Amino acid sequence: MADSKEIKQALLGPVFANNPIALQVLGVCSALAVTSSLKNALIMTMAVMIVTAFSSMFISMLRNHIPSSVRIIVQMTIIASVVIIVDQVLQAYSYATAKELSVFVGLIITNCIVMGRAEAYAMKTGPMMSFVDGLGNGLGYGVVLLTVGFIRELFGKGTLFDVSIIPLVADGGWYQPMGLLILPPSSFFIIGLFIWVLRTYKKDQVEKA
Amino acid sequence: MEHYISLFVKAVFIENLALSFFLGMCTFLAVSKKVTTAIGLGVAVIFVLGISVPVNNLVYHAVLAPGALEWLHPSFVDADLSFLRYLTFIGVIAALVQILEMALDNFFPALYNALGIFLPLITVNCAIFGAVSFMVERNYNFGESVVYGIGAGVGWALAIATLAGIREKMKYADVPDGLRGLGITFLTVGLMGLGFMSFSGISL
Repeated sequence: MADSKEIKQALLGPVFANNPIALQVLGVCSALAVTSSLKNALIMTMAVMIVTAFSSMFISMLRNHIPSSVRIIVQMTIIASVVIIVDQVLQAYSYATAKELSVFVGLIITNCIVMGRAEAYAMKTGPMMSFVDGLGNGLGYGVVLLTVGFIRELFGKGTLFDVSIIPLVADGGWYQPMGLLILPPSSFFIIGLFIWVLRTYKKDQVEKA
Repeated sequence: MEHYISLFVKAVFIENLALSFFLGMCTFLAVSKKVTTAIGLGVAVIFVLGISVPVNNLVYHAVLAPGALEWLHPSFVDADLSFLRYLTFIGVIAALVQILEMALDNFFPALYNALGIFLPLITVNCAIFGAVSFMVERNYNFGESVVYGIGAGVGWALAIATLAGIREKMKYADVPDGLRGLGITFLTVGLMGLGFMSFSGISL
């Protein structure tokens, strides 16, 4: 059984040292379109964490029975089943959000983080550690998503979780919202700058010219 | 006819999969260092999208949609299998890519060699899955789904070829250390996205 240090490494390593979005360029696809408000970003983060953790665990349990020639299809099937469950739960309990996220919940299936962790980690490691690794990678994805969502909602609309934080000019306050941050491309700028900050702090991640 | 042309233009420019929905970003950022490979991948995506969107359209309307199974037996009129759509679509896409790979290997070896590793990678490209989901959400009929599939593919190919062109030129620029590589690519894509947003005012 893995000791607690190893578990901590698997859980927290992906958050900054080995962030799936900033360093491995995985799972950017869904990261950008859903971050215009903090609430959507939070729900998306939770959905991705659940899917990565559970699909990694199930794949790891089955890893000695999956023939390597069809492993991609088997992994896909497991991931898709978990995503269907998450999608059905979302539609049942939070229909408005599910409609807002539209196709992006389904797109978790093709999120490269899930697939990448299944292939690189869960196929080689026990179920317990794979579960923790999945949670950690979901968390690393979530940190980026929540940062972007926080900046976009606070400075784009002056609200957090739909609660007014900075009074807007339109409501008699002083803050003129930055319209650019509501537009989808702004998440690219924020992630680009996020990577810059991260790499200034961790010099070893800088790419060679 | 006019309806189909406007749908095509809409899929290529106004609702560009890569630059206004940010789908297929993983491959979009990873495989855009050289123009030639980017064009190879773009062609592969056009191929797969052009086939998989219409095929999934048929599957959805014949099997998965609420009440679709009535042709099998009248008592199935209440059957609603639409909750299985993710599983089915991804299976259909994976199978199609596999078949396409074998067909190309047999009949067009030159194209097969040019596409190389990119063809199997397309299975996990969110652009394909995203386009299929949009097709269902917007209720396209068969003709529309053919046009939409090809249009979406052309738009994606156009975007990745353009980005690769910019990145080839960027090799000669002096980028700050922490931004080099991935960081500056993100900023570039953001600017391209802003540019493509100017199409969004066009209504067809």
